[in-house]
Amino acid sequence: MRILLVICLGLLAMPVSAHKPSDSYLSISRQEQAISGQWDIALRDLNYALGLDDDGDSRITWGELQRHQAQIDAYAFAHLAINANHQACTLEPVNHQVDKHTDGAYAVLQFSVVCPVTARVLGVDYRLFFDLDPSHRGLLRLQNQGQTQTAVLGPDQPLRELQLGQPSNWRAFSEFAQEGVWHIWIGYDHILFLVSLLLPAVLWRADSRWQPVRQFRTAFIEVAKIVTAFTLAHSITLSLATLQFLNLPSRWVESAIAASVLLAALNNIYPLVIKRIWLMAFVFGLVHGLGFASVLADLGLPTGALALALVGFNLGVEAGQFAIVGVFLPLAFYLRQTWCYQRLTFGLGSWLIASIALFWLLDRSLDLGWGQFN
Amino acid sequence: MPRLSALAWAMLFWMLSGISLAAPYIPKSSDEVLEQLPALNNQADLELRLLQRQLDANPDNLPLATEVATRLLESARTKADPRYYGYAEAAVKTWWRQAQPPVEVLMVRATIRQHRHDFNGALQDLQDVLANRPSNAQAWLTQAVIQTVRGDYEASLRSCAMLKRLGATLPATACLANAASLSGSGRQAYPLLQEALANTAETDVQTRLWTLTVLAEIAARLGDDRNAEAHFLQAMALQRRDAYLLSAYSDFLLDQHRPAEVLALLKDDSRPDGLLLRLALAEQATGSKLLPQHIGELQRRIDAYRLRGENIHQREEARFNLVLAKQPETALRLALENWQVQHEPWDARLVLEAALASGKPAAAHPVLAWLNQTKLQDRQLQPFLAKLEAR
Repeated sequence: MRILLVICLGLLAMPVSAHKPSDSYLSISRQEQAISGQWDIALRDLNYALGLDDDGDSRITWGELQRHQAQIDAYAFAHLAINANHQACTLEPVNHQVDKHTDGAYAVLQFSVVCPVTARVLGVDYRLFFDLDPSHRGLLRLQNQGQTQTAVLGPDQPLRELQLGQPSNWRAFSEFAQEGVWHIWIGYDHILFLVSLLLPAVLWRADSRWQPVRQFRTAFIEVAKIVTAFTLAHSITLSLATLQFLNLPSRWVESAIAASVLLAALNNIYPLVIKRIWLMAFVFGLVHGLGFASVLADLGLPTGALALALVGFNLGVEAGQFAIVGVFLPLAFYLRQTWCYQRLTFGLGSWLIASIALFWLLDRSLDLGWGQFN
Repeated sequence: MPRLSALAWAMLFWMLSGISLAAPYIPKSSDEVLEQLPALNNQADLELRLLQRQLDANPDNLPLATEVATRLLESARTKADPRYYGYAEAAVKTWWRQAQPPVEVLMVRATIRQHRHDFNGALQDLQDVLANRPSNAQAWLTQAVIQTVRGDYEASLRSCAMLKRLGATLPATACLANAASLSGSGRQAYPLLQEALANTAETDVQTRLWTLTVLAEIAARLGDDRNAEAHFLQAMALQRRDAYLLSAYSDFLLDQHRPAEVLALLKDDSRPDGLLLRLALAEQATGSKLLPQHIGELQRRIDAYRLRGENIHQREEARFNLVLAKQPETALRLALENWQVQHEPWDARLVLEAALASGKPAAAHPVLAWLNQTKLQDRQLQPFLAKLEAR
């Protein structure tokens, strides 16, 4: 009997590699606020996945590569996702080049990374070629303000989260302040709560009817009291929650915020609290602070500058809030005597806010997944 | 020290030129050839392509997947291209992560794990194969080879004996002789294998080449340089440019202080890392102008592997650091790490040599103890052992 055996001694004793295993080189760099990337992918691998050798002469020319560029972009970027603080960023190819590495020519894709928020934690989800060659690795290199971090991405570890270092204190402060402004602006529930409380500030209640206030000063003092109470309250709970003294389930907090908006709007229609709206602002402000805290936690806090980030974020929230008030108050005061304000804005507006808040309340408390508003 | 500083400058120069080489550019002409692909024009490659397409449409077809994986592993071997191991893994991905994959897949997985120096994983897979198919000669041979590399000669001898029982006479004898020669019975094993080769009807070139290489290595370890040389030349005469044979013969020539012959031997074929390393070693010994260029290239290849977090090249890397880069401390660390994984004579030698070069003879203790225990015979180890004893 004759047996043909594969004599594999040579391979074993000396890993002979005229070539090396498949790698791609993914470099991401952040300078100031702009994030850009460069991705070197071996032509051999692209050819294996997509077939670039149109004329079948076992050579890939620059012309062939150019003809397949759109296809390569589509394929590559379908296998890479980048997010900033868990919010998806958009990757946009900007330039195509070629480079040589130890094992041959690579297509170089330069791309921009546009993120909806300032990246504090950069998440990379890499899936290129794993279905064709599980030994393929994505060699990630992140350059961030003079510091370099690296990671190896493989089929067992396609995800990586990179802390974008600790920015300088002032930077942390200003970035978090911007986040604060941004989050009050996109946090419709906070705005609607504030608006519900502010709507009656240019009016006063007499003979079971709402009457326009006479002096701007009266309205201003009323608004100042409400805003101060709200600010004070949410600052307290925001700080307590961020410093880990307080921790409530987010579903509970989000539902309570929706309920606070509902109650504030209903109070305009069926007034129960008239004189001390600031007290209402304070009590419910405590709940809203917990909501801000969960946003802040999602942003990923810099451990080195926790207090500064907290203060920055809080001040940002206040600034955003004052911007709303600054626009609202003069307008409301100017229009306070009109039918439009009293019936449409105040009356119908409150009903509208109440309906939206009811929708949120049901959605959040019962976890119905109706709306992606917040 | 002038040579050392010249070397440092050369390395710096080549690292810098490596950096400047690595700047992306836009080719000037659309006719510019960027990449030469491995040729796909021969019949076997075209067949493989067709089979792969069938497999894409039907990835759960076990016979098809095994066929594709086996052919890809063959390509990996003949083309010395590690990408094919990944392609082979992808071909059997349906079963790869199963606790008990089919026997065919276990064989594929064992081969790939062996290549990645996951010897425990490979041995486990082979055990599972042999528990189901004790007549699988390839599994016995692969197992014997891994056991030898790990220095488990008793187990290796048992595997070779099983191979012999299955009828693979010459491979089994080579297998037995190799393991026996490493564990103190070289003088008895050598004539037996010589006789087996003389009397065999075996015509498979690869088997003959392997047998001659084993004979040459046994003779060299016994200090019989004349016969070693003769066997190496007989193997070379078979006209297969086998990377293992080339590196073994190069090492023999380097030990004989005949670097010029290594240059002649390898000048056409320095693409595999192991051969490029030997070429650079010969260039160092002859004072070739090409040395800085090849050191730079080796360094880049080592860096590329390190970026992946892989260390299957530790033996070569240790030798690079010991002899070419003159970094004995790094060499010792790598040699000791490598010793954890494999126990071939060269692995032992690098630990001894690096321990001496870095002035840390105590670091060689585990290897010395092991050499005593296994009675490994290798004349090339003697000078280092003598120096260590003298300390």
